[in-house]
Amino acid sequence: MEEDRKTNWPMTIFLLIISAPILIMYVWLFIDSISEINTESIWPKEFTLRNWRFLVEEIPGHGSVWTALFNTTVFATSVVAIVVILSSTAGYALSRLKFPYRSQFLGLVLLLHSFPSVTLIISIFLMLRMIGLYDTLIGVILVKASLELPFGIWIMKGFYDTVPWEIEMAGVQDGASRFQVWYKLVLPQIMPGVAALSIFSFMAGWSEFVLPLILAPSAETRLMSVYLAGLVNDDYLSDFGLFKAVGLFYIIPVMMFYLFTQDKLMNIYGGGTKG
Amino acid sequence: MEIRLDKFSKSFGPVKVIEDLDLTIGDGEMIALLGPSGCGKTTTLYAVCGIHRVTSGRIWFGDRDVTALPPQQKNVGVVFQSFALYPHLVVYENIAFPLRIRKESAADIDRKVREMAGILHMEELLDRRPGQLSGGQQQRVALARALVRRPDVLLMDEPLANLDAGLRLEMRSEIGRIQRESGCTSILVTHDQVEAMSMCNRIALMNEGKIQQIGSPDEMYHQPGNKFVAGFIGNPPISFANGKIADGHFEAEGLRFQLPDRIKGASVSAGQNVIIGIRPENLQPDFATPIEGEITFIESQGREVLYDLKLAGGQVFRSIQSGKRNCKLGDRISWGIDAEAVFFFDEQGNRI
Repeated sequence: MEEDRKTNWPMTIFLLIISAPILIMYVWLFIDSISEINTESIWPKEFTLRNWRFLVEEIPGHGSVWTALFNTTVFATSVVAIVVILSSTAGYALSRLKFPYRSQFLGLVLLLHSFPSVTLIISIFLMLRMIGLYDTLIGVILVKASLELPFGIWIMKGFYDTVPWEIEMAGVQDGASRFQVWYKLVLPQIMPGVAALSIFSFMAGWSEFVLPLILAPSAETRLMSVYLAGLVNDDYLSDFGLFKAVGLFYIIPVMMFYLFTQDKLMNIYGGGTKG
Repeated sequence: MEIRLDKFSKSFGPVKVIEDLDLTIGDGEMIALLGPSGCGKTTTLYAVCGIHRVTSGRIWFGDRDVTALPPQQKNVGVVFQSFALYPHLVVYENIAFPLRIRKESAADIDRKVREMAGILHMEELLDRRPGQLSGGQQQRVALARALVRRPDVLLMDEPLANLDAGLRLEMRSEIGRIQRESGCTSILVTHDQVEAMSMCNRIALMNEGKIQQIGSPDEMYHQPGNKFVAGFIGNPPISFANGKIADGHFEAEGLRFQLPDRIKGASVSAGQNVIIGIRPENLQPDFATPIEGEITFIESQGREVLYDLKLAGGQVFRSIQSGKRNCKLGDRISWGIDAEAVFFFDEQGNRI
């Protein structure tokens, strides 16, 4: 381990260089959001907080950013909750229980995953209209969660498949019910998977654009992505500083999230199992 | 607690794995289910602990019929071949798990876990995780977890298979000691006869879903009930040869000797085909009944030397002798067998 910790300078510099475009973009985004736009030079003109005015006042015709932020938070966390709860139980059933048409079901789930959601948008629109959930947060949450589910179920099933059967037999033998075995013995083994799925579905929910744009367009149900797109598309508004400030505001939670869940993310990309 | 299997059968779909198996294990006894892989010994074990449903027959713990009870209601401690420790829990919590499920008080749990740790000499391991333990230590934890709630029955599925040779020897006596101390009726599943013979009071030798013979290790060795038992028990293994009964003698090409009295009196008729089995220690240079052949194999095992003796008829007999003898491959020699110790089997493999 000791050797791994030494900084490998050539590699660090190489990685720094190829990551530079992304880093520079973020830095630029930040600088532009707090300065007057200067179209003649790449150097910012002067410091201003005017671009951040959307935090305290409504941009005419676009509603409050706080409503959008609140909606997005509710949207993303609800999607996480639904996807994680359903996938972790469905994945267990698909990995462990014997029931008719199990493999067909798995195949079908995979097929659903391969659908680009845009192709379904019209029928989803009609269905939501029919059951009265059109232009509600609940409606679009349900749609997003169900589109994320196939992926979640497969991920969870894969993690469950790595847990040895003997652990469950031992648990049952020790007197635990099937549910206790799942909850106390198996679930803790696949926490990296649960963490992975939570992060992925949170990101997916946070950045979702097309579904809320079409299914929940009004000011009360608007999400951040829709709010931002609305500003950008507003013909009477060409305030790039404002766009950048809103954009930065939009990604701050995601960046915080990344900061706090880094270790877990690494674990997932590393394969999810500890040696 | 006495365990009784009464006409126990188990099928997986159309495949009958066990048919009409009867077995009684006395209170506090440790019995070995011994047999080659695929003989149904693990299936039997899983049926006793309740993981497998019984196809037909009954299983009794004392006078309680537990045939249809799920594992949770059986109070059976199991040590799995892979130990199956809970990797996310420290040793203490692993051992405490069965008690926590029963919702025992924290004080009781602590007392029992520490007592168990004391018996198994692993007090200093309690706050480690299974991943940080050696194979032998994991084995102890698995035993402790199985025993901590004072099970009616302790089942062990190849408990030594995952240990290296030195540890195996140590854990063999260790498991025996713990079993005696706990006084728990136990079943040990193994394919290793040495393990079975050294750890258990009685052995049930299984093959193809049937019990071939039940008895003490001594009985098994000296009074095998059939050819399979004679062939399975004993290392180096027994040698078999075909022949005929004629005129009070056993006759085969290159080998003829007088039947021992106990066989003469038994129901053998002249001209009957029989199979004889001779254990390697019953073929020695100075034994009475002469046997002639050529040495085709010599292997020194240090203290003892193995020889293969090939007779004129092509039959090969193995001999184990202490000390080096002055002979080499290809030598023609005349040694002797102890005719009294020869086993006779009929063509179906049953002992005569």
